[in-house]
Amino acid sequence: MPSIAKPLVPRAPLPRNALGLTVRDYEGPMSTLCAGCGHDSTTAALVQALWQSSIEPHRVVKLSGIGCSSKTPTYFLRGAHGFNSVHGRMVPIATGANAANRDLLYLGISGDGDALSIGLGHLCHGIRRNVRLVHLIENNGVYGLTKGQFSPGADRGSASPRGERNDLSPIDPMLLGLSLGATFLARGFSADKVHLVPLLEAAFAHRGFALIDVISPCVQFNNHVGSTKSYAATRAREVQVTDLLAPIAPAAGPPLAGTVPDGGVLDVPMAGGGELRFRSVPPGYDPTDRTSVAVHLAEHAGRGEVPTGLLFVDESVPDVHERHRSTQQPLNDVPFEQLCPGAGTLDAIQAAYR
Amino acid sequence: MSSLTATPWEAAGRPARAAVNDFTLSIATVNGTGSASANALFVRAVFRMGVPVSGKNLLPSNIQGMPTWYEVRISGTGHTARTAERHVVAAMNAQTLAQDVAAVAPGGYVLYDSTAPLPSMPLRDDVTFLGVPLGHLVAETFEDPRQRVLLRNVGYVGALAALLEVDPETVAALLEERFDGRPALRQANERAFELGYDHAEALFDCPLPFHVAPLHATTGKVLLDGNTAVALGCLYAGATVAAWYPITPATSVMDHFTELCTRYRRAAEPEPDAAAAAAPTTAAAPTTVAAPTGGTDEPSAPRGNYLILQAEDELAAIGMAVGAGWNGARAFTATSGPGLSLMGEMLGLAYYAEIPVVVVDVQRSGPSTGMPTRTQQADLVEAAYASHGDTKHLLLFPADPHECFDFAVTAFDCAERCQTPVLLLTDFDIGMNDWLVPELAWDDAYRPDRGRVLSAADLAGMEQYLRYSDRDADGVAARTLPGADSKGAYFTRGSGHDRLGAYTEDPDRYREVVDHLAAKHTAAAGRLPPPIVEHRAGARAGVIAFGSTDAAAREAVERMAARGMPMDYLRVRSFPFQPAVREFLDGHDRCVVVEQNRDGQLRALLSTETGAAIDRLGSVRCYGGLPPTVEEIVDGITAELGS
Repeated sequence: MPSIAKPLVPRAPLPRNALGLTVRDYEGPMSTLCAGCGHDSTTAALVQALWQSSIEPHRVVKLSGIGCSSKTPTYFLRGAHGFNSVHGRMVPIATGANAANRDLLYLGISGDGDALSIGLGHLCHGIRRNVRLVHLIENNGVYGLTKGQFSPGADRGSASPRGERNDLSPIDPMLLGLSLGATFLARGFSADKVHLVPLLEAAFAHRGFALIDVISPCVQFNNHVGSTKSYAATRAREVQVTDLLAPIAPAAGPPLAGTVPDGGVLDVPMAGGGELRFRSVPPGYDPTDRTSVAVHLAEHAGRGEVPTGLLFVDESVPDVHERHRSTQQPLNDVPFEQLCPGAGTLDAIQAAYR
Repeated sequence: MSSLTATPWEAAGRPARAAVNDFTLSIATVNGTGSASANALFVRAVFRMGVPVSGKNLLPSNIQGMPTWYEVRISGTGHTARTAERHVVAAMNAQTLAQDVAAVAPGGYVLYDSTAPLPSMPLRDDVTFLGVPLGHLVAETFEDPRQRVLLRNVGYVGALAALLEVDPETVAALLEERFDGRPALRQANERAFELGYDHAEALFDCPLPFHVAPLHATTGKVLLDGNTAVALGCLYAGATVAAWYPITPATSVMDHFTELCTRYRRAAEPEPDAAAAAAPTTAAAPTTVAAPTGGTDEPSAPRGNYLILQAEDELAAIGMAVGAGWNGARAFTATSGPGLSLMGEMLGLAYYAEIPVVVVDVQRSGPSTGMPTRTQQADLVEAAYASHGDTKHLLLFPADPHECFDFAVTAFDCAERCQTPVLLLTDFDIGMNDWLVPELAWDDAYRPDRGRVLSAADLAGMEQYLRYSDRDADGVAARTLPGADSKGAYFTRGSGHDRLGAYTEDPDRYREVVDHLAAKHTAAAGRLPPPIVEHRAGARAGVIAFGSTDAAAREAVERMAARGMPMDYLRVRSFPFQPAVREFLDGHDRCVVVEQNRDGQLRALLSTETGAAIDRLGSVRCYGGLPPTVEEIVDGITAELGS
């Protein structure tokens, strides 16, 4: 990706996280995306969330496909390996990388063309496998790098700058994910960093495939009157369904799993310890119950709303390594002596071929 | 001729030929009836008698009910290629009886099931018909209908054993091994074998002139298929991540690899899970990125040092293998032609971004879906240049299962040393047939060549790390793995990049990298298996072949030398071609390239890559989907050389 070195502006001492790092240590070079691009705000939220979570930069792997969204891994966390692969194939690459070393945090950034069109099959199967991958879709309803074609995230009836109307139904990654057995589904808005950062932090802590649909407007091709994915339209349509506090450490009080009849605070225990604390959920809404979430989301969709928040979470499903019972050691680090059965065994194996 | 009484070929006045340990047998059956294991039983018994033997499946792409043939060549001299003549036919499929009778060489024999009257067909008076009422015998003896179908096959093995003098004790020993712990099954099989054996002995003058006599010519050898050998090679090479999508005829590579891993790749670590002990992604609190814990249905199931992923398609399979290779695991995928086509884009990425990965291509007949259970060597050009843009790959061409094992290990070493995809090209013939090959050998001193990878300690001592700078004599720059040290972090990209790894659209900086890749490809030739060259005194011309064509081509060259037409022979074993290949081409006024595709792909590749004049290269192409016979190669070479 083209990039420009970021000038370091001296400031008052910045706060440090548990690793002693400042937010600057989580940044990358200057973005070359358009001024006002939603993706840059998402990048800023990622920087904030990674810093707040005190994640060691070199323990993160950034992955992407092709498109404007897929350029963004360049623009944060310069101390992490990045892999800008081919269009639509980020999930298989991430699955393989995760197979080789289960101990790192895999952070995939995709767009709605990349993830919901050319790469839709891989997204579905990544969800089904429950690969431990944080998968962001920077969803703007448009193909930006090829200058403005409708993408599968475009709503029916949304208009292009030239007035053409999209007459195809959108693919809603949240409803899709529910039907595929997804274990973590969240939606955020790039312009609402306050609510996006906790979603990202919760996703980092999730034990499987964490899908985050981030409405991330394209200022160049899809931010006009008539677009349903503009800043203005998203602000008007957004309904904050759940309000999440960052994941909290263990022993912060007894968990209160299950439906909260009148809404309010809800804790969901995490498989790896700690809880997800919802500041509020609506009455009758249980983010751990697939059916109730599906009903809720369908109702919002019917009203033309954009429901945001951590919408669904299931911590009970094993990830791909646990389902396959692969070793807890990173596979790329298993000594050869433990991998090769040796000459004696080969001789024994060949008895069957004599 | 209206009766089916025996007409011994001697009586017909045909010349006798030495037929002990030198004949072919074709077994015609219906697929999905269990004939494959009966055929394997027969072939293995011959092998155990010390007599060189090979068997080739001519299969339909079908699960049950279609005609299938198994061609057995018995050769005391150790020749295993297909030949044109059928001396003995076991015509066990009424559907194809006429065709099978027509295929027998004059003086040959047809064993058939005489339970029901034969359908009308042209009877021949130059072959001998041997009827055994196998169906009737089996129905009389066994109750279960499914068992009757299966055991009829063992019945014909019994009849063949009597006719061809295959040792019944050896067959009994094999049945005992196969049905170890299942005495009822063993006894049923033994009984079925005896039914066929006793009836044939009673009815006919056994053995036939074509028969087997014990030798000691299979000592130190095995009967092994290429897909098993590839799987063993991947196991021994230390492959830990495999991704694949089911496809004929590559599926059994991963089936075998899975079986082998289940058995030989148990992880040493103690149970129960110490999940949190696995290095956490975060440092100390406040927030912990949790490592996944148990939660599987079988929390006590043993853990393994491998992960095999059945992907959603070949695009994903190669993507997973590339991702794992990038992240430092030995990773591979196995596929066939249609899958290879889908893998093109990702192979280009791995080539340009310099990522090790191994692809096994078990070739089948194309184009498109083609003939999935028929063999060909027609993916050669696609494999060499898979993907758009200027892309070239490293290819290995094993000729048999023994080389499949060795070259699988070579493939991983070369992929990691050269940081690029390596494609192992086998085919249906190698992959799915049992070949007589020297036993696989393993040197316990072997250690994998993981190539240039910088550790955290290496990085600590460095001022700065740049991905594609500092290339060694092979044109390979050191890579780093995620998770080691921030100093080693770089951005892997399939987009235009310079030697620092940075995005570029600058003509000179772009060219510098792609020129390096071309030089790296050329330099890699020295690490690949060299060609095998056989010279003969007085040779005027050369013959060139690769892969599974070797057995038939080499025998063709032998036969032609025996007829006073000596030729040199070269077998290509890898791409890019080594200087020895160019020297062979230069050293002969005329070379004939023998291969299994329509377009003469090896011939074209040799000319394109070495600059050899294409009009000096003759071409013999056997592309009907069956392994070539020695005779068609002899005829083809003779026609090309014009004498």
